[in-house]
Amino acid sequence: MLNMDWAVFCRDTLTGDVVAGCLGEGRDITYLNWIFSAWGWTVSVSLTALLLALVAGSLIGVIRTLPDSPWLVRFGDAWVELFRNVPLLVQIFLWYHVVPALIPPMKNLSPFVLVVCALGFFTSARIAEQLRAGIQALPRGQRYAGMALGFTTPQYYRYVILPMAYRIIVPPLTSESMNIFKNSSVAFAVSIPELTQYALQVGEETSRPIEIYLAVTLLYVISALVINRIMAFVEKRAQVPGFVAAGTGAGGH
Amino acid sequence: MTGTAFAQADDTLARIKSSGTVNLGMRDSSGLGFTIGGGTYVGFHTEMADRIVDDLKKLVGTDLKINYQVITSQNRIPLLTNGTIDFECGSTTNNATRAKDVAFAVTTFVEEVRIATKGNSGINSVADLNGKTVAVTTGTTSVQHLRKHERGANIDFKTVQGKDHADSFLLLESGRADAFVMDGSILAANISRSRNPGDYKIVGEVLSVEPIACMLRKDDPKMKEAIDNSIKRQIKDGSLAKLYDKWFMQPIPPANVSLNMPLSASTKAAWDNPNDKPMEDYAKK
Repeated sequence: MLNMDWAVFCRDTLTGDVVAGCLGEGRDITYLNWIFSAWGWTVSVSLTALLLALVAGSLIGVIRTLPDSPWLVRFGDAWVELFRNVPLLVQIFLWYHVVPALIPPMKNLSPFVLVVCALGFFTSARIAEQLRAGIQALPRGQRYAGMALGFTTPQYYRYVILPMAYRIIVPPLTSESMNIFKNSSVAFAVSIPELTQYALQVGEETSRPIEIYLAVTLLYVISALVINRIMAFVEKRAQVPGFVAAGTGAGGH
Repeated sequence: MTGTAFAQADDTLARIKSSGTVNLGMRDSSGLGFTIGGGTYVGFHTEMADRIVDDLKKLVGTDLKINYQVITSQNRIPLLTNGTIDFECGSTTNNATRAKDVAFAVTTFVEEVRIATKGNSGINSVADLNGKTVAVTTGTTSVQHLRKHERGANIDFKTVQGKDHADSFLLLESGRADAFVMDGSILAANISRSRNPGDYKIVGEVLSVEPIACMLRKDDPKMKEAIDNSIKRQIKDGSLAKLYDKWFMQPIPPANVSLNMPLSASTKAAWDNPNDKPMEDYAKK
């Protein structure tokens, strides 16, 4: 049987002694302090990248559905194909090692910013595709109706198309938001002290990898689950009775 | 000692004799044992292990087939305790935590943790690291040593953890880190493989020493004695020193460059007085 030793988290990271109360102070930190700091890195990388992905993904998704703007559509297509055809880990390395070599001022950016760019833009390509699917799922008549009312293009997107398109794509957006937490583990490859790096390092230091991995897994699950619940709440609050996103599955438009 | 009472008496030697095979653990990318492709494993400790098997053949009196099994830092102890491998000579540090689960042969190599930096960095000791950025590899004990030294010398530096040794060295090469703290043999190997080996130097005091030894199953005195005797024989007749020269002072595959790493005083001391003291005993002196 497995012999678990959960007191490993109460150990001081320098002396290895079990600290009363499990939390250290100042520079004397325990492995429990450390896992919370690592979780903080995971959460901040993920949320910042998610924000960037939502903004960039929405812009690109809209651009790809614009009528009469072939060059903007081509730019949107190029963006999506570029960011979803290159593996995420390769993109992380490109942002971290190659881009700063080509653009010297970027050498001063912190690894955090570069990882957020990589993760955010990678996810933005996926969100852009989802938003495009959401917009194209709407009957064409909605666009025409907006135009007939005398709305400008930004206006009918803002007041007619996007409010419905976003409702349609809440379920895939939920998956994408949860994915970004799990994908943030690649940040360890460019020295961000997040949960995966913590697991590798502390597993070795304490010779207790099973307890460490279980705790790290739990924190990933909690993070993803919180996002899942928030999105479920949003989905419920934003639903329009009788509309497809209301969950009737009947496609009532 | 707890646990010993329940441990089954294990006689690896008898099993090796009856099956005619030795299951030998191999490292595929460590400084002391690595692969050059095509299923060929080489290195200082790999060759030493082959010679140990030769001595085992004489001991059991039959010819033995070597069954090579690649191991990693993560799986080496489970594979040893569950019987997949009989022993391994790679880059395993003999420390008190591991000694609870496994046994170690006499130390054959003592790793010294040092600082590598660029020639013009102005860093010459741990104290010079104050305010600098230091690279160190994730999943190594050096990370912990570095923290202890930081506190001991009452200095403050930023640590970045590379995902592997090549990545940590890249941090140093690209200027994201001012120094790279790691086992001396790993630093020497990375410097020898770099574009301009002359740009780098290994400086400063030894941050910690780690005895590296062959690892075998616990509570198997016959096997331990057989391996220890073979190693002592290799030390005595000078063949181990020749092996050291071959792998650390001469050009080695795959790049055909020399690590240029003369025998350290601590390794020499370990050979002069063969012992299986764990790392913790080295720290006390």
